[in-house]
Amino acid sequence: MHMPTDKIVPQSDLYSRESTTARTPDENPLPVRVKARDVSVFYGQKQALFDVSIDVPEKSVTAFIGPSGCGKSTFLRCLNRMNDTIEGCRVSGLIALDGSDIYDPSLDPVELRARVGMVFQKPNPFPKSIYENVAYGPRIHGLARSRSDMDAIVESSLQKAGLWSEVKDRLHEAGTGLSGGQQQRLCIARAIAVSPEVILMDEPCSALDPIATARIEELIDELRQNYTIVIVTHSMQQAARVSQRTAFFHLGNLVEEGPTDLIFTSPVEKRTQDYITGRYG
Amino acid sequence: MNTAIVASLLLLMLGFAYQLGWSRSRNMAVSGVKIHSRPAYHASLVAFWALLPALLVLGLWALFGDTATRTYILAQLPTEITSLTAADLEVTIRRIRQIESGFGVVGEAQTYENSAAQALREFRALTFAFVVATAAATGAVGLFLAQRRINPRLRARNEIERIVRVLLIGCSVVAILTTVGIVASLLAEAFRFFTFVSPIDFFFGTVWSPGFSSTGAGASGKYGLLPLLWGTLMVAAIAILVALPIGLMTAIYLTQYATPRVRGIVKPIIELLAGIPTIVYGFFALVTVGPFLAGIGSALGLDIRATSALTAGVVMGVMIIPFISSLSDDVIRQVPLAMRDGSLGLGATQSETIRRVVIPAALPGIVGAFLLAVSRAIGETMIVVLAAGNSPFLRLNPGEPVSTVTVTIVNQLTGDTDFASPQSLVAFALGLTLFVMTLILNVAALFIVRRYREQYD
Repeated sequence: MHMPTDKIVPQSDLYSRESTTARTPDENPLPVRVKARDVSVFYGQKQALFDVSIDVPEKSVTAFIGPSGCGKSTFLRCLNRMNDTIEGCRVSGLIALDGSDIYDPSLDPVELRARVGMVFQKPNPFPKSIYENVAYGPRIHGLARSRSDMDAIVESSLQKAGLWSEVKDRLHEAGTGLSGGQQQRLCIARAIAVSPEVILMDEPCSALDPIATARIEELIDELRQNYTIVIVTHSMQQAARVSQRTAFFHLGNLVEEGPTDLIFTSPVEKRTQDYITGRYG
Repeated sequence: MNTAIVASLLLLMLGFAYQLGWSRSRNMAVSGVKIHSRPAYHASLVAFWALLPALLVLGLWALFGDTATRTYILAQLPTEITSLTAADLEVTIRRIRQIESGFGVVGEAQTYENSAAQALREFRALTFAFVVATAAATGAVGLFLAQRRINPRLRARNEIERIVRVLLIGCSVVAILTTVGIVASLLAEAFRFFTFVSPIDFFFGTVWSPGFSSTGAGASGKYGLLPLLWGTLMVAAIAILVALPIGLMTAIYLTQYATPRVRGIVKPIIELLAGIPTIVYGFFALVTVGPFLAGIGSALGLDIRATSALTAGVVMGVMIIPFISSLSDDVIRQVPLAMRDGSLGLGATQSETIRRVVIPAALPGIVGAFLLAVSRAIGETMIVVLAAGNSPFLRLNPGEPVSTVTVTIVNQLTGDTDFASPQSLVAFALGLTLFVMTLILNVAALFIVRRYREQYD
């Protein structure tokens, strides 16, 4: 999948190079958690993403915005190698989590995905009980030593996802019986339960009503205290509300990336300007 | 030839009526009036009303024509012949019909037979002309009345849609009536059997030895169902033991691991298994698998006969593999990709995802597939006829020959067409038992599969 031989630039140089799309540096930059350099993605012969380079700072929310088909979800799925499951998908370039290449052949994508959790566009609880949904990850990774350990993990995960008070009396009912917003928070709890470092969210509110969306957004803001969050969103308002940094994608290119307030008030690129003022997209 | 005449006449009438309806409504449309239905509907309606009366007349003749002809033949015969016994009279009538059709008869034809045949020939020509004329006339009347109805406000489309709906209902009723008919005939004959043998002796008897009806022993045989039921269940169980793991693993491989290229090659080949006639499986079992298993048995020091429950079960299992694999393949593919992604996204491996998420989500559908396969195994006949050894005794060892319900039905009905003795009537009681068993399994399977569907739609 990973083809370092494609590169003229040696890996070490690639890694140390600064992100060129990043504009004005923050005054107090947070340490970088995820670093991507010249990432290109191909589906068969078709190139979906062109040389994307970006730094994702830790304990903050980074939003990817852009019109449909701009490659933002594709790029997100590179960050935990979910693209591996797609037939004919090829990724080149470098993506590093805490300084180590995640496409290194010696690294097991299964371990990576335990460190980089994911929440999907449509709530997708397993057809199991609420408890079993949350316990699924800890169980396969052997995180709980005893029944009471597991109970504690489930409770704290549900609490962090803001769902505990609503479901504590019916933990053994089907997870699919919850409302859409509750299902999505259950999926967030499920992701939190394996204690990931990074949480990827692929348009987590696009299937939800405004009230459920507001709850998820509040939750994202709370989760920022402990996790590095990358969120793909269709809604510019949402990006403005929840994120600290925003990256604008267009036609497979990362056009511009920087602190959210700057991107929305004084973008450098004309394409960004046009998009956020609603000229297209 | 007569059929060809009638068919071409009907087609001609149909075409004419359609054309007439089309041009009349078309003229109306061209003249600028806003019409409710398009010309094609008006034309179809006229054609329908022209065809229906004609078909009714022909249908009535098909139902009662034979009785009428028969009455006419009887009227032609001299009284000393008509006073013969029913069986002899039947023979005479058949001879006359054969002379009339030019088929010829055994022995010398009597003069009265020849004259009756001559009269019959004229009668048939006349009635045929009459029936066709009546059909044409009623068709013409229908056509005339229908085309007079054409006017801009006529809701021809709605009427055609109603007619089509009635036709569709009719088609599905045919299937239902067939089922009802099968059950009714099974029930009637089975009840006749139970006048000879008590249901308790039948359902709980442990000895199967029906004797032969030709010896005139009447109900002297023993009709215990249990040995046959045991054989059936044992063969079916062996078949499922072979087919379920192989079929399920195949489905998992094809849906989760195989590349599209491999899948495109492997899936049709597996489904080819379902297309092999069961009789071919039968001699495959008899000639190849049976001796092979017997050889393995003797090498291991086990006594396995070449024709046994094991042979039949193994080969039947191979036959059922495509059922289980195709049906499971379908239900596994119905599990939303989001489930799989959700599990993989949590760091589960592919096999953990399959075992803990995909299979549990698809389980009701897999159970449904399993039950359908069981009912298929219970009803299977040709493989067991050839390979199970036909030995209706209660035996625990699968290496011994057995007999099954289906095999016994074949045995009881071949060669002996006298449906009055318990020896042949028992086949209907067995058939009924089989029918009820598979019906219950099918209903259970449908119920489970339907509950599963509601979960994801």
